[in-house]
Amino acid sequence: MSALTRPWRPQRPRVFLGFTMTPRVTAAFAVAGMILAIGAYASVVRFFRGLGASTNLNDLAPWGLWIGFDVMSGVALAAGGFVIAATVHIFHRERYEPLLRPAILTAFLGYLLVIFGLLYDIGQPWRIWHAIIYWNPHSVLFEVAWCVMTYTTVLALEFAPVVFERLRMPRPQRILRAISIPLIILGITLSTMHQSSLGSMFLIFPEKLSPLWYTPIFPVLFFTSAVAVGLAMVTVESLLSAKFMRRDAHMDLLNTVARATAVVLLIYAVIKVADVTIRGAWTALAPFEWTDLTWLLELGLTVLLPAALLLTPAVRASRGKLLATQALVVIGVIANRVNLAVPSLVAANRGSYFPSWMEFAITLALLTGGVVAFAFAAKHLPVFTGGHDRHEPSPHAVSGSG
Amino acid sequence: MSYGFLIDTTKCIGCRGCQVACKQAHDLPADRTGFRPIRTNPPDLTARTWSLIEFHEVTKTRERLVWRFVKRQCMHCLEPACASVCPVAALRKTAEGPVIYDAKRCIGCRYCMTACPFNVPRYQWDSATPLIGKCTMCAERLAEGEQPACAKACLTGAIKFGQREELLAEAHQRIAARPDRYVDHVYGEHEVGGTAVLYLSDVPFAAIGFPAALPLYPLPTKTWAVMSLVPAVAGGTAGLMTFAYLITRRQRGLERQRAARQEPAPVAVTTDDPPADPLEEVQG
Repeated sequence: MSALTRPWRPQRPRVFLGFTMTPRVTAAFAVAGMILAIGAYASVVRFFRGLGASTNLNDLAPWGLWIGFDVMSGVALAAGGFVIAATVHIFHRERYEPLLRPAILTAFLGYLLVIFGLLYDIGQPWRIWHAIIYWNPHSVLFEVAWCVMTYTTVLALEFAPVVFERLRMPRPQRILRAISIPLIILGITLSTMHQSSLGSMFLIFPEKLSPLWYTPIFPVLFFTSAVAVGLAMVTVESLLSAKFMRRDAHMDLLNTVARATAVVLLIYAVIKVADVTIRGAWTALAPFEWTDLTWLLELGLTVLLPAALLLTPAVRASRGKLLATQALVVIGVIANRVNLAVPSLVAANRGSYFPSWMEFAITLALLTGGVVAFAFAAKHLPVFTGGHDRHEPSPHAVSGSG
Repeated sequence: MSYGFLIDTTKCIGCRGCQVACKQAHDLPADRTGFRPIRTNPPDLTARTWSLIEFHEVTKTRERLVWRFVKRQCMHCLEPACASVCPVAALRKTAEGPVIYDAKRCIGCRYCMTACPFNVPRYQWDSATPLIGKCTMCAERLAEGEQPACAKACLTGAIKFGQREELLAEAHQRIAARPDRYVDHVYGEHEVGGTAVLYLSDVPFAAIGFPAALPLYPLPTKTWAVMSLVPAVAGGTAGLMTFAYLITRRQRGLERQRAARQEPAPVAVTTDDPPADPLEEVQG
């Protein structure tokens, strides 16, 4: 029977994985599918033929895109989870509650992507758990490995109530609620430790990095910029999901988040300038080299400029301008991490490196996987709704007793 | 006391006997060699070439161009950066002197490669199960009471193996005996806190490929200065957060009480608040 002879019925919108397949959504799925397919091909090359066949890494450039972007930047960009959790549940700023679940979800997916990125990057991925049994307390990376493992578990437990809420299982919800505050404090502690320790990883390169960049306070700088980029990412993600999933953007909350971001950026700038001044490293500006240029560009373009913009009411009032400014903060921190982990070290070895197409393809596929997972979770779980009363006694109880 | 090498570059004739002996001792496959403007062959250390004679053309005086040959291998630092950064302690400095590698532990993160100030550890890029390759000071031969293969193979006595302290004293004696010949510097005596491999030269070390201006302190001290603070930072953060939680909770409680006293009508308090039962929302 051909389509023409079939009796006409009102067409029900086709639904795929809970998504109504409008042409735009279909196109998005098609693009995502294509990126994932190309990533799958690159993955086969990576795991069956090795890093030499799939990447442009070499003995003079042992770290590349995956370490600089997927891992170093990935961890920083996921800092929103612990920052918002601290704001809401430790400092009792409950009005930021609507930002919490998306931030925890972003952080959890972010850390999963970091771990996936590591599985691609390390030569013996099946031994990724080795730090559990083989200890080296002198190694910063050993500490980072432990923190990432435990914090990913903590994030899973912080997000689990959302899943149990959806599954209508009140008992596990109650158990998780009982341990939620110690869990959040543990999460903040672990985050403080490894966000800063990612900076400490660069302390072993005193002879490789330029005097402007190399500083004993790397951990302080990494932690401060992680807090800034965590706030920026929460804003970017909130504005994007408002645009694409028709959620409330919570502009009133993002307004104060923007001011907080500006304050953290200014603190970061002051620390950087004071550090270089105290170390007497300004003399390194002559002879002027590209590493000095990157240092100045970071400070001017991605720290001071966005800080100034975020302190401008007109920028904070406009969704587009706010999105662009906070995206600039995100780009700045990515550039900072990538620059330190890759070109700076490659230049010290007088090596050369530019990522292969497969390195880009796998990075893009991982990101796409993260976005799809976020959209899927946002569709099927109460991420943007619910959970407003998990930790606070209801006002009735307080007014009743008081 | 621990073992070390004294490599006198003025005595090396560039025969590459040590390079071949190393390959044989460790059963390492060949790397592709070829004719290149530089005569070092293969051109660089690899995961399968742990010891390499580098050929350097040096303008010794304005009139004289000379060849100098430099044996490159792991320097076996007294406080090695590679071992300090390794998250699984696959690299380890032994009391006897060698920095050894336990391949079974290695996860392949390549932090040792970036951390090494001499750029020694190399990677099996062409393998799907890659490991690090670097000189082990023939630790297994030492255990058998043998010298490292390279030192044993050296025809001219350019490579001398022994106790580092004794070799260091001998190096200074050689400089004192022939101050006209040697540069007054034992490379490796103080670099990055000292290395087990010591070099003598009659031309500036920077001219024969040695990293100039390396710090004279062990690199891991920079890391440990911060890492030793980690437990305090962790405890401090947890304590501070617990304190902040209790303080702000008390503040909130007082605020609510005040609000309740001023505006006792329960309707006014509850309108802004979400429903108490989270399950209600999912269904709704």
